[in-house]
Amino acid sequence: METNKNTRVVVGMSGGVDSSVTALLLKQQGYEVIGIFMKNWDDTDDEGFCTATEDYDDVVRVCNQLDIPYFAVNFEKQYWDKVFTYFLDEYKAGRTPNPDVMCNKEIKFKAFLDHALSLGADFVATGHYAQTHTVGNQVELLRGVDNNKDQTYFLNQLSSEVLEKVMFPLGKLPKKEVRRIAMEAGLVTATKKDSTGICFIGERDFKTFLSEYLPAQPGRIQTMSGEDKGQHDGLMYYTIGQRQGLGIGGPGGPWFVVGKNLVDNILYVDAGEDNPHMVSDQLVATNVNWINGQPESPLACTAKFRYRQQDSDVSVTIQSNGDVLVDYPQGERAITPGQAVVFYQGEVCLGGATIDKIFKHGEQLKYVG
Amino acid sequence: MDAIYLDHAATTPVHPAVIEAMTNALQTSFGNPSSIHSFGRESRAILDRCRRYVADKIGASEKEIYFTSGGTEADNLAIIGVALANKAKGKHIITTQIEHHAVLHAAEHLETLGFEVTYLPVNQYGQVEMRTLQESLRDDTILVSIMMVNNEVGTLQAIAELAAIIKDHQAYFHTDAVQAFGLEQINVAKLGLDLLSVSGHKINGPKGTGFLYAGKGVKFHALQHGGAQERLKRPGTESLPAIVGLTKAIELIVEDNYPHKASYENYRTVFLQVLAQEGITFQVNGAPNAYAPSILNISFPGTSVESLLMNLDLDGIAASSGSACTAGSLELSHVLIAMYGEQDPRTENAIRFSFGLANDAAQIKKAATKVSQIIKRLTKQSTIIEEVK
Repeated sequence: METNKNTRVVVGMSGGVDSSVTALLLKQQGYEVIGIFMKNWDDTDDEGFCTATEDYDDVVRVCNQLDIPYFAVNFEKQYWDKVFTYFLDEYKAGRTPNPDVMCNKEIKFKAFLDHALSLGADFVATGHYAQTHTVGNQVELLRGVDNNKDQTYFLNQLSSEVLEKVMFPLGKLPKKEVRRIAMEAGLVTATKKDSTGICFIGERDFKTFLSEYLPAQPGRIQTMSGEDKGQHDGLMYYTIGQRQGLGIGGPGGPWFVVGKNLVDNILYVDAGEDNPHMVSDQLVATNVNWINGQPESPLACTAKFRYRQQDSDVSVTIQSNGDVLVDYPQGERAITPGQAVVFYQGEVCLGGATIDKIFKHGEQLKYVG
Repeated sequence: MDAIYLDHAATTPVHPAVIEAMTNALQTSFGNPSSIHSFGRESRAILDRCRRYVADKIGASEKEIYFTSGGTEADNLAIIGVALANKAKGKHIITTQIEHHAVLHAAEHLETLGFEVTYLPVNQYGQVEMRTLQESLRDDTILVSIMMVNNEVGTLQAIAELAAIIKDHQAYFHTDAVQAFGLEQINVAKLGLDLLSVSGHKINGPKGTGFLYAGKGVKFHALQHGGAQERLKRPGTESLPAIVGLTKAIELIVEDNYPHKASYENYRTVFLQVLAQEGITFQVNGAPNAYAPSILNISFPGTSVESLLMNLDLDGIAASSGSACTAGSLELSHVLIAMYGEQDPRTENAIRFSFGLANDAAQIKKAATKVSQIIKRLTKQSTIIEEVK
């Protein structure tokens, strides 16, 4: 406790229960805690209402309860340039981006970290459900103990060097315990609803939001055997494996999105949950990050292809250009280009990459083309 | 760590003599000044004395002083009140691009009601030039509102000369004197003012009080309705303790013959000297020959406002910036933009230090030394980041 008092920790506070408890725990451990709210997006409406203003107000109230200083910092420009531009570019390319992964890489653990360091911080802390573990001169990223909440999937692009400066006080706690701590301490955010979905879209309709930034080009829906199934609203609105919202009735269903043809603006669908067109056994991923350095190739490990999925056994072969070839002969359903594939060995998150191309029996699937 | 308060333009500590006067009023004179019994009369007598004192010290008459809840209300009452009462004579209003939001947003509100507003530009020193006012004046202009001292950069306007331009015009002249009041004597007749706004908490008085001077014959409407207080222009039971506090704050300045200007001038010199000695690169924003010495606005190239203010606060220095930063929305200062244009980096790295009763010369020296250390640390850091890139 006494030794912690000279350690300055800047907590990234969102106005939610997780980051509130993060600040509380650090304060209890005797650190010099400073709360900082990041404003990354402006959604001020005609009435002057802005989600960020409301959230910041909660940050202020919690920080006053904890008797810690608080500030707000604006990263709208950085967020637009590094995260939102990428987000739109990926949709334009017919892929399904993961802005949270990019936000962690470019904003929370880069722009925000730099800012905190300029305030003389020794560490930054966030309310992520993840853990760090120091081995020699390396800091490993471990899954949060609450398996259901583990957020290492979104942190796969961080480096050991960055993790050295990071604390995840919630990593050892189950979510229920976090709520309980917040209740017990009487934090004003104790019962606040968890945010869901993409932060800058919030509760709004995804299609409407996207259509404000990208022109929608309606086109035809086809089965893999070439049968016309009606009209789609624009390829960017659909993701591989999607079942809802296709507007296809009649016999033979249920129908699933199994591919996109960007050149001819065709959305491919096919029937059945276990539709073979949705199943792949190999992928190529780019933008590869190894948190603790590149491992021996080929590497036998487990992987997640999406958040909250069970791990799958995979074999990773590192290509000469650094990209990875990931094999999973057991087959996986609805793997989606643009999403992250994240590698684990036991509890350790090794890193991750962006899914680029998908194959079955050596033949590239028509997910995007 | 004892924090050093350099944000007197935001608000000031209440003078102990003001607290004493207010406490006394709270304890002894609770009567409603409008009541016709002895309790009411006692309060009314105090209220009248306060009004007479304030009027006398600005060269006005008692019936020209309207107590308000502060500077914002005085500005709104002047601008919207005058506009609504005089729209038959015209619907054109002139103000400047560098006014406080209490004036600017009131003017913008009038635009939604069908009034036309000209926002005068300023030069790089933040001064309104005579000819721009002359050129903007129209037959249907009913009000000109130009602040005396700018709250962000401290620039002092040539109010008497500006007011003289419209001397024979139908338009009224209003000045927001919130930052100017108390530094030197203000005489409304000599300056040629029709309306003047003053706030209590900027001069070591209590928050929630201020006054509007409106010369005899100035037509303006009340903005709220109720009783007959303040000659129907500002209904609502008077906050007598606050008015007593405001009057006491004015008395402290006047009876001591406006003592603060010289010491603030000294603080300003010391502050800038330390920065220069420490080898800091900086630019003073404002007018070199016409300024209120209480406000010192400085740009530090290679830094950002957000980072500076947080670092200053963590190191025990309370300052501020003209850029509003609420919930992380960084709105650049409209004053600096008016002076330098939107692209000038000075709009992004300007800090306002404002001096007052909470300071002494030793503190100022200490604060300037700390500021220098922070600037050195931050600029060194950003140089390293640049090099790495």
